[in-house]
Amino acid sequence: MVYVQTLVNGIVLGALYACLAVGFSLVWGVLNVINMLHGSVIIFGGYLTFFAWHSYGIHPLFALPVVAAFMFLIGYVTQLLMINRVIDQPVLTTLTLTFGLDLILYNFMTVYYTATPRRVTLDLGALDLFGIAVPVDRVFGMVLALALTGLLYLVLRRSRIGRAIVAVRMDSAAAALMGIKVDRIYAITFGIGALMAGATGAIFAMVYPVTTNLSGTYLGKAFVVCVIGGLGSVPGALAGGIVLGIVESFAGQFFGPQHALTVGFLLMLILLVVKPTGLTGIKGYE
Amino acid sequence: MKSRWLPYALFAAWVVVLATTPLWGSNYIVRVAIMIAMFTGLTLSWNFIGGFAGYPSFSTAAFFGIGCYAGALAQRAGVPMVLAWIVATVVVGAIAAALGAIILKMRGHYFAIASIGIVEVARLIISSWGSLTGGGDGLNVPLMSGGPNAVARIFLLVMIVIMIMSFIVTVIVDRSRLGFGLRCIQQNEDAANMVGVNNRLYKVIAYTLSALFCGTIGAAHASWTGYIDPSDSFSILMSVKVPVMCLLGGPGTLLGPVIGTAAFMMLEEVFWANFLDYNRAILGAVIVILIFFLPGGLLALRYRDIARRFGLLREPKMAA
Repeated sequence: MVYVQTLVNGIVLGALYACLAVGFSLVWGVLNVINMLHGSVIIFGGYLTFFAWHSYGIHPLFALPVVAAFMFLIGYVTQLLMINRVIDQPVLTTLTLTFGLDLILYNFMTVYYTATPRRVTLDLGALDLFGIAVPVDRVFGMVLALALTGLLYLVLRRSRIGRAIVAVRMDSAAAALMGIKVDRIYAITFGIGALMAGATGAIFAMVYPVTTNLSGTYLGKAFVVCVIGGLGSVPGALAGGIVLGIVESFAGQFFGPQHALTVGFLLMLILLVVKPTGLTGIKGYE
Repeated sequence: MKSRWLPYALFAAWVVVLATTPLWGSNYIVRVAIMIAMFTGLTLSWNFIGGFAGYPSFSTAAFFGIGCYAGALAQRAGVPMVLAWIVATVVVGAIAAALGAIILKMRGHYFAIASIGIVEVARLIISSWGSLTGGGDGLNVPLMSGGPNAVARIFLLVMIVIMIMSFIVTVIVDRSRLGFGLRCIQQNEDAANMVGVNNRLYKVIAYTLSALFCGTIGAAHASWTGYIDPSDSFSILMSVKVPVMCLLGGPGTLLGPVIGTAAFMMLEEVFWANFLDYNRAILGAVIVILIFFLPGGLLALRYRDIARRFGLLREPKMAA
């Protein structure tokens, strides 16, 4: 029974991780950019949600779409004005640039919001299913996370824009020849990455404390999930997230919670060496 | 930088400036000089893998941190200080060679992520191995006897010696087959392999070289400060700062890392002193400006053109 509880905890955690990483994975897969901003954008979304709830009494559920739309705009503009200028450069340049932008965002957040942990407390209690206790706010977060991830999947599968994004991911030169405006698709993709990060922040504000100290941790999770699941695909991120959630949950059970993170990173390093395309085997880029 | 001796003369002059700071500067200046010498050593080290071979390695902090802990643990076990530094160097070199043999199979983004992962794993292992490393509480290292001024002077010399050593190794690599092979790898790895460069071996050597002095510097830093903890020793900020300094100066050159580090550290000191709250944001802004306006680093600027634009140099006569 203990193991079932651990498994359930892991799956709930994994759904949150999938939502956290899917935008990062998309940006990496399509733009070939490691977006170091991702962690701070999640925290930024979390702060906006928290202050909407704290100062104006807006429920996080209603704040979420607004925050997500706002992040999309920011992401779109950032990509168009900044990242697009170095999009063809080696990884050292793009990674360093996004890290620089991350430092700026991080610094302003620490100055304006301070690092004090804050959290939206909804006090929903816990569900009890056959002796397995699950806090309702986490289940709520999981459902939202899965819904958003599923929505992104549908957009990529069904919509014109989504098909164009997938086309650019497969071969940007060929996509350009077919009349797709690659620059615009890049900007939209980066916007979607930021949108998912903002939405994740809104969900996390209900479950975890919001503090700038966590931005590096979230970014690390995104790395690990991406490597486990494979790049640039929604099912990959979902699989990676759930695997990481379960692994962390059991590692915490057997080795103590302080080692859960280490096990996740070790798993990532081993997979990088053994199978860089990730568990789902979708081919990445170099 | 056309003439052969100019880089060496400039480097020698810079060494003299740093080494004489106790004679003309305040204690604050001496401290800045120690930090500059220390980071110049780190940047010169990173240059082997990041500059010559063009591999985006972000594992500097891992080697620095392992060096800190190896040196500190050796010293606490009673090993004399200088010997402890050598032990740390050897340990870090061995770890880097082993890790390099594994992760250098990857390229580009995967290599970058793996090198960041190494920093995180090293930090997590050190901080959770409490019985050996003191965990999050950190470790105290036996302090040197003597007043703070004398100690500062000694460590200034130590860091300068390490910096000179890493510069000498850079010069040797630059002129050898190894340097040539690494430049081939940087330009086109597959082509380099085709014409007979032993890619795997060269990359592992470059990666090990990029770690060796980081280990020495880490151990010396631990002896200097007398206290280390996991979050300071393995900071991802350091792993990014060092490549940025190298990019600022000019990667893959002799003097680029030296100039880049000096410029960056001095800028940073000014920002720390005047904008305490916003120093990270300013560092970020420096990075953004660097990437957009100085793509080849300071050494790649055409100073004659700039001087001419500001009227410092006479316009060359146009050919009729």
